[in-house]
Parts: sequence; C-alpha cells; structure tokens
Amino acid sequence: MTSAPGPSAPDPSASPPERELGAHPEHQGRMGFFARLMENDVAYSFTRSPTAIIAATITVLAILACFAAPLIAPFDPFDPAQISLWDGKLPPAWAEGGQAQYLLGTDNQGRDMLSTILYGGRLSILVGLTAVALGMTLGVALGVISGYFGGAVDAFVMRIADVQLTIPGILLAILINGIGRAVIPQELRDDFAIYVVILAIGLTDWPQFARVARGATLVEAQKEYVMAARVIGLPAWLIMLRHVLPNVLRPVMVLATIGLALAIIAEATLSFLGQGIPPTTPSLGTLIRVGNEFLFSGLWWITLFPAIALVTLVFAVNLLGDWMRDALNPKLR
Amino acid sequence: MTDLLEIEGLDVEFPTRRGTVKAARGVGLRVARGEVLGLVGESGAGKSTIGAAIIDLLEPPGRVAGGRIDFQGESLRGRSEAEMRRIRGDRIGMIFQDPQTSLDPLKTIGEQLVETIRKCLGLNEAKAKARAEQLLVDVGITEAKTRLGAYPHQFSGGMRQRVVIALALAGEPDLIIADEPTTALDVSIQAQILDLIKALCRERNVGVIIVTHDIGVIANIADRVCVMYRGEVVETGDVAQILGAPRHEYTRSLIAAVPRADRRLPRFASVDYIEGGASAFRRIDVKTHWLGAAVREAKGEGPALSVAGLDLSFTLRRALLPKNRKMLKAVNDVSFDVAPGETFGIVGESGSGKSTVARIIAGLYKPDAGVVRLMGQDVSTAPRDPKARAARRSLQMIFQDPYSSLNARMRVLDIVAEPIRFFRLAESEAEVRRIVGDLLDHVGLGAAAARRYPHEFSGGQRQRISIARALASRPRILICDEPTSALDVSVQATILNLLRDLQEELGLTMLFISHDLPVIRQMCDRVAVMRHGAICEIAPAERLFEAPGHDYTRHLIDLMPSMDLLEPTPA
Amino acid sequence: MVAFILRRLMQSLLVMLAVSAVSFSLFNFVGDPVNNMVGQDATREQRQQIRVELGLEDPILVQYSRFVGNMVQGEFGVSYRIRRPVEDLIMERLPATLELVFVSAILAMGFGIAAGVYTGIRRNSWLSRVLLSTSLVGVSLPTFIIGIGLIYLFAVHLRILPSSGRSGTVDLGWWKTSLLTREGWASILLPAITLSLFQATMILRLVRAEMMEVMRTDFIKFARARGLSERAVNFGHALKNTLVPVITIIGLNIGNLIAFSVITETVFQWPGTGLMFIQSVDFVDVPIMSAYLVFVALMFVIINLVVDILYVAIDPRIRIGSA
Repeated sequence: MTSAPGPSAPDPSASPPERELGAHPEHQGRMGFFARLMENDVAYSFTRSPTAIIAATITVLAILACFAAPLIAPFDPFDPAQISLWDGKLPPAWAEGGQAQYLLGTDNQGRDMLSTILYGGRLSILVGLTAVALGMTLGVALGVISGYFGGAVDAFVMRIADVQLTIPGILLAILINGIGRAVIPQELRDDFAIYVVILAIGLTDWPQFARVARGATLVEAQKEYVMAARVIGLPAWLIMLRHVLPNVLRPVMVLATIGLALAIIAEATLSFLGQGIPPTTPSLGTLIRVGNEFLFSGLWWITLFPAIALVTLVFAVNLLGDWMRDALNPKLR
Repeated sequence: MTDLLEIEGLDVEFPTRRGTVKAARGVGLRVARGEVLGLVGESGAGKSTIGAAIIDLLEPPGRVAGGRIDFQGESLRGRSEAEMRRIRGDRIGMIFQDPQTSLDPLKTIGEQLVETIRKCLGLNEAKAKARAEQLLVDVGITEAKTRLGAYPHQFSGGMRQRVVIALALAGEPDLIIADEPTTALDVSIQAQILDLIKALCRERNVGVIIVTHDIGVIANIADRVCVMYRGEVVETGDVAQILGAPRHEYTRSLIAAVPRADRRLPRFASVDYIEGGASAFRRIDVKTHWLGAAVREAKGEGPALSVAGLDLSFTLRRALLPKNRKMLKAVNDVSFDVAPGETFGIVGESGSGKSTVARIIAGLYKPDAGVVRLMGQDVSTAPRDPKARAARRSLQMIFQDPYSSLNARMRVLDIVAEPIRFFRLAESEAEVRRIVGDLLDHVGLGAAAARRYPHEFSGGQRQRISIARALASRPRILICDEPTSALDVSVQATILNLLRDLQEELGLTMLFISHDLPVIRQMCDRVAVMRHGAICEIAPAERLFEAPGHDYTRHLIDLMPSMDLLEPTPA
Repeated sequence: MVAFILRRLMQSLLVMLAVSAVSFSLFNFVGDPVNNMVGQDATREQRQQIRVELGLEDPILVQYSRFVGNMVQGEFGVSYRIRRPVEDLIMERLPATLELVFVSAILAMGFGIAAGVYTGIRRNSWLSRVLLSTSLVGVSLPTFIIGIGLIYLFAVHLRILPSSGRSGTVDLGWWKTSLLTREGWASILLPAITLSLFQATMILRLVRAEMMEVMRTDFIKFARARGLSERAVNFGHALKNTLVPVITIIGLNIGNLIAFSVITETVFQWPGTGLMFIQSVDFVDVPIMSAYLVFVALMFVIINLVVDILYVAIDPRIRIGSA
C-alpha cells in the first residue's frame, strides 16, 4: 500500500468554506453601506429574484399611486361638483360609447372609475396596513412576553389565543365588526365604519402573531446569548426589547406581509358583504359590491376594474411574502 | 492485494455566489478489505464530502469536478442514478452521525430492515425477516424477535445507532462509510459502538472508512489514517506513525493540541498553524488597568464560591394525580466550596446535572433547596436584595455554543459594552469604546473587531468575544460551561491557554464544567465527579486521575480513549 | 393513548365553555333583549316584569349556567327578527351548508394533496412551476371575486349553470339533499368550486412545504444511501411523515371552509346557515349570532378531535410511550 501524496504545505490562497468572511478583515472594514447590503444574504437573494423585484415594484407603485391619488387622479370622486349623473354608467374609453376623459368608464353615479379606484385603493391599503400593525403590535408583545416568562402568563395568553382561533378569522371579523356597528349610534356609523373595520381585522389577527412570536421567543430564550444577558444582570424588559425582539422579527415580518394580503382581502370581503366601508367613501371591496349589482345588466367595468386592482395588489404582496419566506428560511440556504 | 476502493485526484466543488469553494482538492486514498481507514480533520477540512462523493449523494450544488473513484476495479463516476442505487446499500453501506434522526420515526425497525434487505438481496418477506432478526443479534440487540416490532423512539441513543449499523449492513456491503458515528453519543456508549464497528469489519472482512474529528476515535479504531486539512490530504500513514511520529507540520500541531489525559502540562504547545494561535498574550498591569479595579478591591477571606445542599427537580410530565407525575431530580444535594483563585472542575456525562449546577449558581435556575454564596454573600434566598445583586455582578459565565452565545443582531462593540454601559462602569461613551477596544485586544482579537458583527467571526473568535463580554463586568468568578466542546481541537487549545492566562493575571476563581476528562485534567485544581444529579467524589485533580476513589470515576477514566500511541516513538 | 384523547376532550370542553361565555355575553353587550320583545311604548313596569320573567334580574352566573344548560339541550332562544326558535332555523339550513362544505372539502383536499405531493417531489418540473404560480394567484383571489367571476362566466355568459339558489333538492324526511339530482349537482357545483379554490391552493402550498421539509431530514438521506428506490423513499417514508402536519392543516382548512361559506352563500344566495348569519348580523339578531358562534366552534372542536384520533393512528410516538 502506498500513501497518497499530499502537498507539503497547505495553499495559503485556499479559502476554507467557513471562514471566508473572517479571513479578510481589511476588506470588511472599508466596505460601504451598499457593499454591506450586498453582503447581506436577504438583499442578495432579492436582487437575484426577478419575481421579488417585480412584486416589490408593483407593491410600491400601487402604494405610491394610491397615496398620491389626490395628485394624479383625473377627478375627485368626493367632490359633488365634479360628478354628474348624466355621465353615469359610461363604458371605458376604448369601448363603444366611451368618453376619452373617463379612461376606465364611470360608475352608476357618474364617478370616474380610475379616480374612484385610486381613492378606493388608498383606503384598502390604509385599512390593511393599520389593521396588520395593530394585530402585529398586540400579538408580538403578548407573544414575546408569554414566551419569555412562561408559566401562568403564558398559559393564560395562549389559552385566549386558542379559543379565538376556534373561530375562523373572517367570521370573527364579521362578528366583531357587527358588534362594533351595533354599539355605535346609527348616525355615526358611517363615520366610524373605517375604525371599526380596522379594529375587527386587527383583533382577529393577533393570535397568529402571538403564536409565531411566542414560538420564536421560546427558541431564542433558550439560546445562550439571552442567558448571557441574564447573567450580566439586565432586567427582563431590556432583554426582551434589545435581545429577543430583534431576533424574532424575521418570521414576524413574513407573517406580516402575508397578513397584509389577508387583511386587504378581509376588508374587501367585509365591504363586499355590506359590513365594511360605506359606499360614500368606497374602498375596492365596496366598489365591487356596487358593481356586482350592475353586472347582470352588462356594466362589467364597474366590477372588473376594481377587482383587477384588488387582485393585482394582493398578488404582488403575496409574491413578496412568498419570496421573503424562502429568503428568510435559513434551512433553505 | 488489490484495494477495495481507490480514489485519486478527487476534486469536489461547491459553486456559490462568492465563487466556487473547493471542498476537496486532489484527494487520494485507498481502503482494503478488513481494514479501517480513519479520515480525520477539523471542521471545513472536507472529510465528510469525500464520503458523500463516493456514493454520489453530495448536497446540491456540490459536484465531483475531477479525479478517479474506483470501487472493486470499476469506476463509480458517471454512473446513472439507477446504477448508483444498486451500489448504495448493496455494495457500499453508510452510517450517519445522529441516530436520533437517521431512522424513520413512523415505521418499525423491522419494516425498515426488511425493506432494505428485500431491495438489496431480493429475498422474500419471510426470509428477509429471519435475516433482519439475525442482523439485530449481530449488532448486539437482545430479544431481537420482539424488538423488530418496536419503533425507533422506543430505543435509547446507543441502541438506535446499533440499528443504524444493522441497516447499513443489511445489503451485505463490501465497504462501509461511517460519518462521525459516535459524535452524538456519550463516552461509555462511544466505546461500545467503536468496538462493534471494528469487530464487524474483521468478521465480515469489509472495508471501513471512518470520518471523524476526534483523534481519540482514530487511536481506538483505525488501522490507517488520512489527515485532511482545507480540502487536501496532507498525510497518510499507519495509525502508530501518524499519532506517534507525524511528518506533516499540520498533523504535528493537531496532535500537540490534543489534551493529554496522562499528565498535566503547564500549557498547550503553541499551535502556530491555527488562526490566532500564534499571537502572544500581552500582560497588563493590574494595579493601574481598568480590569484590575475589582482585583484591587477584593478581600481575601473564605471561599469565593460556596454552594450547600442544592436540590432541583424538573417536571417531566404534568398530571393531576401525584402518582402520574414524572419528576427528574436534576440536582441532588450538591455542596462544595471553591477557594479564591482556584479552578474547580465538574465532570460528568450528559444528563449528570453538571450544567444545571452551573446555571443555578449563575442565577438562571432557582433551586428548590440550598444556598449559593458568592464572596460570602447569600444570593439565592433573596435574589432581589441589593446586596445579592451586587454580589451577582462578581460572577460571569462563558457558554458552550459560540454560534448562539452572541446576539447576531448586535455589533461586537455593543455586545461587549452592554454591561459597561448598563452598570455605568465608564465615565463617557468615548471611554466605553476605549475599554471595549482594549478588552478585544486583550483576548487576542484586536480593537478593530468592535465594528463588526458576530457572523463575521469563526467559532474560536466568537468564543473570544464571549470572554471579552464576560470580562467587561469585571468579574471575580468565571463559570465556563463546556467552553470548548463545540470547537475544533486546535482552536480549543488556544482558548484554554487564553483562559489560563487570564485567570493567572486577574486571579479569577473558575468553575469549569466539562464532559472531557483530559481537558479537566489540564485545566482544574480540584474536580467533582457528578452522576445522576449527585456528586460522587471531590478530589484534587491529580489524585483523581492517579488514584480515583469512586467506582464511577474509575469507570469513566477507563473509558477514555487510549492515547498510548501518542507517546513519541522513534520514526 | 387513552389519556391523550381524554386530555384533548377536556381541552375541547374548556374551549366550548369559553366560546359559550363569549356567546352569552353578546346578549348583555349588544342591545337590550327587552327592547326586541316589547313595543316602544311599553311602560317601565311592563319591562321590569319581562326582565324578571326572562330571568334577567338573576345573578350573572345563574344566567350563564342557564344559558349553558339550554345550549346543551340545543335551545338557543327565539330569533328577534324571524320570531322562531333559533335551533329550528339552524336545523333547516344546516343540510345546505354541510353539503356545500362537504363537497368543497373533497374538492380542496383531492386537488390540494395530490398537487402538493407532486410539486413537493418533482420540484423542478414545468407542471410544478405552473401549479405553484397558479396557486399564488389562487391565494390572492378573494372568494367573492371567484364567485362573481364564475357566475359571470357560467351563468351569464355561457348560461350552462344556475347563478344562484339551491334547487333540485330531495327531502329525505330529516335532511334535504341536493346531491341526488342532476339539477341539485348543477346548483351546488359553482358554490362548491368557489369555496374550495382558495383552500385547495392553500393546502397545495402547505403540503408542498411539508414535503420539502421532510425531504431534508436525515432519515430520508439514510434511506437514499441504502439505495431504496425513489418510489419507496417518496411514498413509503416521506409521504407518511408528511401526513401528521398535513392532517393538522386540513383540519384547520375545513374549519375555514365553514367560515368562508358565509361569503360563498351570500354570493350565490345559497340558503344555508352562513347566509342566515350575515342577515342576522345586519339586524343585530343576537340569538342567531350567538348560536352560530357556538355552532362554528363546535364544528371546529369536532374536527380537531378527529384530527387528534388520526394522529394516534399514524404516529407511534403518541400511540406507544418510549422505552
């Protein structure tokens, strides 16, 4: 038997797989912000994923367009002076009988569809974002606290979450929304509708966030960096805020993105069922509900365009969430 | 004699976005029937890659880029998936590291064995069953017939690894590749599994490649050894030659870094082959230095650390009726004192309660009974008492896993500065930065490390950051809970040297927890041996190793891999 | 094992008690029940008398235990709007909802599991890519838009299926079914597809994720290293291990089918409990709202119990304790 000949000394240029980064301190120190961003795996994965870029572009454009609605919309659908019933039910500009100034046609009240969709989209996104923010804040706070302390606090919070999860989300939102409307005096209902919807969707969301945050906290709290912080003698609130929270945010962000898509759908659904945003200040769901009444009489554009806007928006957000889940999952890398 | 397996010039590449990583470069090795080849190297050496490359199961995107793999005279390269499937299991068997996860949890081991035997040997159900039973007997499982109907979770870790071995043998292969087969097991079980593999190799006249990072395993089982370093085989030879008279510089520094069980050395041989190993420890003047403040204040009376009558039980199963409850007595009446400046070791197998004791002392667990005193102050009875809190600050801890002991979202500066800022140990932010830079420099990282994030550092460097963070509280007592068991042996040597230097310089009192007897012998003045939550014996380290007083201690010492081969022999 | 099932039963009971407490408090928070029973011009004394008759002056715990007692006997009071016992109303509409949910569940599970397993195994085939991209569109389509689209296509444009309602039912005495006639199937088809689409894509994505998770485990690698065939690895080892989480997912999804039946029933004017619920929310018909809440929770709890029993059947770690 002969021994395989090996080189007498290791090649210094060889970069071992695990230590590449630590091996070049000088190249780390001088790195600019952008270079450091590129080092970041998530940012890298983003630039390499065309779907993620397209999705992010659509989402950002949609959000910008909706929030800039007062600036870019051809008409103001809330200004009675600009609405004329004579222009009602006009088809899109390219269809027979369409008028050039109403690109996507008009609805039954003579409002320009494009403008109404922009304003409606703004409302949908606004409700979605605030509802998710509400659910996320509540859920993550409760989840981290119960995961960190365990015991009776944990049992209490998680049992509430369990019971709430017994009622499917959309149903609970309908119920909370219904109760909210019932306790508000009739004449204020329309004014408060939007807050009631946000509250209903946000309160429905929190157990999901609480579960994810608690699960992640349980894992993180067992890790040695949290123990080290405890041995140093830091108070619990500081450990939760500075050490646990930043480390549980990844799964929470994935959930928040998917949650945004679901919240937008939930708002649209409530409004479609006539339980949400009133027709005076329509959201996308309200527009579809109104349009649906005219669908059988052939006025397809009143339903179709808001529906396309809604689905595109939700699809883009979902694409983003989907990419994020893969990019942030350490097991897939 | 023709070799069973012959590899020459094997290149394995992993294309990544930062360029192609060559996990193996020009690797050559050969194995004969009835021979155990040890493939040894530290993490990142590429040793596991070789095993996976042989049976063409590299993790994507890894691929074999060049070289020959000849098995029984035929090339294994460029085979179709169907052809490889007839070779895997039938002619080459594989044993994985973790027996907890290697078996399908939803199928009985009988089903898994029979399935494999039928596929490899083409036997009918009844004959396969008889064979499966025989295999279990061969790997030392009693009552084989009834055990065939059992599920993996009904076996202990060691027994599961025996089942894994039986599965690897099911197709009567000519070659077995075992990838770290004992790393996940306790010392006492490790020895049994190694004996089993060696016996099977001889009886069945099969070739065995054993991939490991552990020189002790190599010394126990291997006939010949290939040493790998950064993807290359640097030295191949007879086990006695490699361990006793290594020729290559890397092998030499690797062997020098292995802690000796047979005698205590003043410090580990300086290992200049390893990152950070060569940097000399720079002493500071304790009288004037920031770190010395606590040293100067310290009064030298009584034990620095004292525990008395510690008890702690964990609930394994909750139940309404007390008789259904399952409790685990993790710590049972543990008492000991540690004198100032002393290194006190606690040694035991997994589940012995040694880490639990450390965590009780650190205040991470609350004991059911007993008292912990730090510098004479009771810190366990009324932990919120200001005096107890102040005393707690004199204690810090270094943890096992360098990858989870640092918050990945914080810069090294903020990690190390956290205790300084929180306890206002510095006058200004500028002083905080200066102190952190000084500490990082002192543990051998350099002040520039402060700006970076933990993931930019290797395991050994991270452990240095942990040490700097512990020092930032200016502790008098340092608990080290398996501080090096997740590190490569060469890195371990440098970290242990650093800990010793710091202790000597600052007069630290150390509680050193480890499962590794040789490490304990190198580091500790006195040692407690723990088993099932209780202390078996406490003795000065040298006496414990030379004349163990307790049967269990003797048993543990007997199980240590024999390092006789390490004695320098004339080459 | 018996202990496991018993523990789950206990938990289910607690959940039902909690839900019934919520449902009970609806009566106290939302509207005054007396207002719904008497005219606007009733005197104070009359109102007080009704309050006493209804037991509204009793301590709250007495009222609650009475509520639970009635609930267990299946009595939920009288609808404010329709003025009939709620349990009768629910029982009348239950077959419509359950049949809709049943057909949708079969569609969603059949498609979702098959496509999920396929995309999990053949990760890179073109069909997987198409299925996966389509599924993302699927989860982005709100149920009511699917419904409107299907109605427009099949009922308005092609005119081959009815746009709404439940026709062709056969009365079996205790159950009115639409699954026995061609007409009945025609009317249930669109609502069932609408209801199942979202859940089917959800199941597809989750099954695929679980499948890929299992594919990365050591025992799958070990099975490969023993040279077992793709078939044996995929279906013998991977699929069975995927089942445990998949069953949980499917349990949850059937629960969601019941929830989303509210929307589907509204779009298709399907005379089930969901449509009744939405109408009762509009009129703040508290007895129906609270009864529906309890009904949904009960369905959920029953599904969960079935899931638990299936766990026991599949997973030996629950069935047999460790040695």
